[in-house]
Amino acid sequence: MTTLGTQGEPILLEMRSITKEFPGVKALSNVSLRVKAGEIHAICGENGAGKSTLMKVLSGVYPYGSYTGDIVYQAETQQFKDIRASEAAGIVIIHQELALIPELSIMENIFLGNEPTKWGVIDWAEARKRSTELLARVGLREDPDTPIKEIGVGKQQLVEIAKALNKSVKLLILDEPTAALNESDSQHLLDLILGLKGRGITSIIISHKLNEIEQIADEITIIRDGKSIETLNVKRDGVDEDRIIKGMVGRTLESRFPDHEPKIGEVFFEVKDWTVGHPQIQDRLICKGSNFFVRRGEIVGFAGLMGAGRTELARSLFGHSYGRFIKGQVYKDGKPVNLRTVRQAIDAGLGYVTEDRKSLGLNLLDDIKTTTVAANLRAISNYTVVDTRKEFTVAEEYRKSLRTKTPSVEEGVAKLSGGNQQKVVLAKWMFTDPDLLILDEPTRGIDVGAKYEIYGIIQKLANQGKGVIVISSELPELLGLSDRIYTIFEGAITGVLDKNEASQESLMKLMTSARKAA
Amino acid sequence: MNALKKLFGGNTRQFGMIFALVALIVFFQIFTDGRTLTPGNVINLFNGNSYILILAIGMVLVIIAGHIDLSVGSVAAFVGVSVALAMRDWGLPWYMGVLFGLLLGAVIGAWQGLWTAYVGIPAFIVTLAGMLLFRGFNQFVGKSNTIPVPADFQFLGSGYLPEIGPDTGFNNLTLLIGLVAAALVVIMSLRARASSKALGADVPELWVEVTKLVLICGAILYATYLFATGRPGTSFPIPGLILAVLVLIYGFVADKTVLGRHVYAVGGNRHAAELSGVQSKKVNFLVMMNMSILAGLAGMIFVGRSTASGPFDGVGWELDAIAAVFIGGAAVTGGVGTVIGSIVGGLVMAVLNNGLQLLGVGADLTQIIKGLVLLAAVAFDVYNKSQGKRSITGLLMQNFQRNSDIKPDETTSTKEVISKES
Repeated sequence: MTTLGTQGEPILLEMRSITKEFPGVKALSNVSLRVKAGEIHAICGENGAGKSTLMKVLSGVYPYGSYTGDIVYQAETQQFKDIRASEAAGIVIIHQELALIPELSIMENIFLGNEPTKWGVIDWAEARKRSTELLARVGLREDPDTPIKEIGVGKQQLVEIAKALNKSVKLLILDEPTAALNESDSQHLLDLILGLKGRGITSIIISHKLNEIEQIADEITIIRDGKSIETLNVKRDGVDEDRIIKGMVGRTLESRFPDHEPKIGEVFFEVKDWTVGHPQIQDRLICKGSNFFVRRGEIVGFAGLMGAGRTELARSLFGHSYGRFIKGQVYKDGKPVNLRTVRQAIDAGLGYVTEDRKSLGLNLLDDIKTTTVAANLRAISNYTVVDTRKEFTVAEEYRKSLRTKTPSVEEGVAKLSGGNQQKVVLAKWMFTDPDLLILDEPTRGIDVGAKYEIYGIIQKLANQGKGVIVISSELPELLGLSDRIYTIFEGAITGVLDKNEASQESLMKLMTSARKAA
Repeated sequence: MNALKKLFGGNTRQFGMIFALVALIVFFQIFTDGRTLTPGNVINLFNGNSYILILAIGMVLVIIAGHIDLSVGSVAAFVGVSVALAMRDWGLPWYMGVLFGLLLGAVIGAWQGLWTAYVGIPAFIVTLAGMLLFRGFNQFVGKSNTIPVPADFQFLGSGYLPEIGPDTGFNNLTLLIGLVAAALVVIMSLRARASSKALGADVPELWVEVTKLVLICGAILYATYLFATGRPGTSFPIPGLILAVLVLIYGFVADKTVLGRHVYAVGGNRHAAELSGVQSKKVNFLVMMNMSILAGLAGMIFVGRSTASGPFDGVGWELDAIAAVFIGGAAVTGGVGTVIGSIVGGLVMAVLNNGLQLLGVGADLTQIIKGLVLLAAVAFDVYNKSQGKRSITGLLMQNFQRNSDIKPDETTSTKEVISKES
């Protein structure tokens, strides 16, 4: 039934040289993963390293045939064609975004798609009996009739696990299970995973919280740039957080940045005690009293893991467009400024380029010229009548100066490549002539050549005396571009490093723990 | 085919609609033995549909912004009866009656805009409630009676341009308007062409431009001829004149002003618009309010035409207006649509109605045909979109290939968008 590992222990799952390509991108190349029966196996890697893609291959989201390589599970080569097939084999994946229906009860959610029936009619008595048992197993003391929306995220996570247990799970995959949880909920969940291990259920856990991984994982596989780098045995190799970080970031810094001689002036933008609450959850804070400043001509990096609160900070500053504002003050040139609406923020000289180009940054129905002037129509209109000649001229200027590759500025933005779309978005904000430009993941989904050009544009803006904030998940990008880097962890700024004292290791340390830098 | 497409700006949809309209007119002209393009019939067609076309102007803006308005028929009826009563019982002169009607429309629009934009209730629900509310108000204040309006107010719905100047055998004012319109079209397109050229933008070849102008001016002049040679006492109808002015104003606002841009931006991607500093609530409010003002105007024109206000005025108008907008190329998801397209869409429906009537087709079959036309027009649009924009030849070939691109792994976090929306 099972194959044996080198030390004679049974292997539950082996993924052999998995390669998965998307048009133009090799997301996974020759990745191998070997999970022993009954262990907790962690997968670590930076954002975009390929962890989620690998799990999608395993669970059949990317069906057999769309990748190369073998999946050997319970000593048999598997060819999952969809997620149902992998679930039938006992592999259940719990995604970061929970797949529960808020209006239905706990019990209804547990049995959704898997309802116990008697002659085609749902047997609620049986469902109730079984859900009570399942809830006891995951340690959730709630009435099975409680609607999902009335319990917290932590308890919802437990319902997801109960749902998995109901499917007689053998291999449980958890993608960032504690990302949305507070400390005590996280601890409960981790204890539960350890408990399941005691009952013989194997788990694969993907997490950015390295302390948690160190605490519960038996083995850790590190993935970087779509390749599996190494598998560490936590006890035998004496793995600690530093060791994991080294594996995750151990990439050499190539010269991917244009030369730049910073001309830094005095502080002109300052944020004090910026505190913002979560838009839906009452007591959760997404920004915890952040203080920072930007100097003229300075490129300031913001480093933090996904979900650390970087975007939330930027968007709450930009016209309070995210979260519930609680307190804090922004000073520009020493004077307090009001940023209560996006309009006020733009008028105060702020610009924000979103990380989510397609759903928040662009109207994909528009053409290039309309997009270029969208945030500053006033500048090209007389008595609210848009001067289409000026519009065309402005769009042409930016097309030339940013070298946007397009047959004409009348082309629709939807037809452009990611890099060129990003240039149009940059043009839109450059045309508002901001003093401080906030760039959220400015090179996400952009190929290497276009990245270089965008870095050049950013440096040019700084040279004009503007302040630039760059938020990025790619540490090499921040290190190559920024003059100073702030680190954020769980909504709080945990440190600031100058360009010459920052390294991937030092940043990663500040990004993954609440330790305050001196 | 390619040359034809160039002629109409390469927009498959607009081209298709204008082509369909011309084809319909030609078809009915032949099969009704020339009874379609007679002065009497054309004047009749405009008189009988101008209020729907006015509603379509407001409706297209509502739909571009991503909403819908189901209440327009009831609002029109309520404004109509209120104005009729105000003139009868308070003795308001006709122009004060019009002003009163427009103000009442604005108040109703503010009410619906408030719920839609600031409270955040979907316009579908707000205006569904409005449909019941204002129908009820109409029958309540009018006590379900027919209320006649004075003759000078009837001019609004059934008047014609007066005869002035020397007897030329034509209606002079109609002739003048037609000639001025043709001249303006020529001057404006030549100037637009010159300025595009000066900026270095792409301009179509000269022959394309000239052919286009010849066709458009030909159509305008032929219409002028028809309107100017009606039976004595008739000429270009007043409702048509009001419609023409509104088309010019709203076409300009939608296309050339900051407000118009904002309407398209909010409908195209509300989040992106908000993050560019657009006050989407204000835009939504104004769009809904404007719709009710135009509904009020349409109601008054209808009352003027039928000489009295009644309890069942405007029943089903919302559906005609919405159909006109969608046939005219607007997208159900918002962000797409034009004023002129909606007018063309409305005319397609009107010509269809009129032609089938002339052919003696019953109301039952007419409805079936109109339903199928609406479905076919939007199906064409949806199909077009699902294939990406393609040429007509491309469309024909499309059936023979299957599309199975695997999308690249997007790392973009959609969670935030979702959490913001909920």
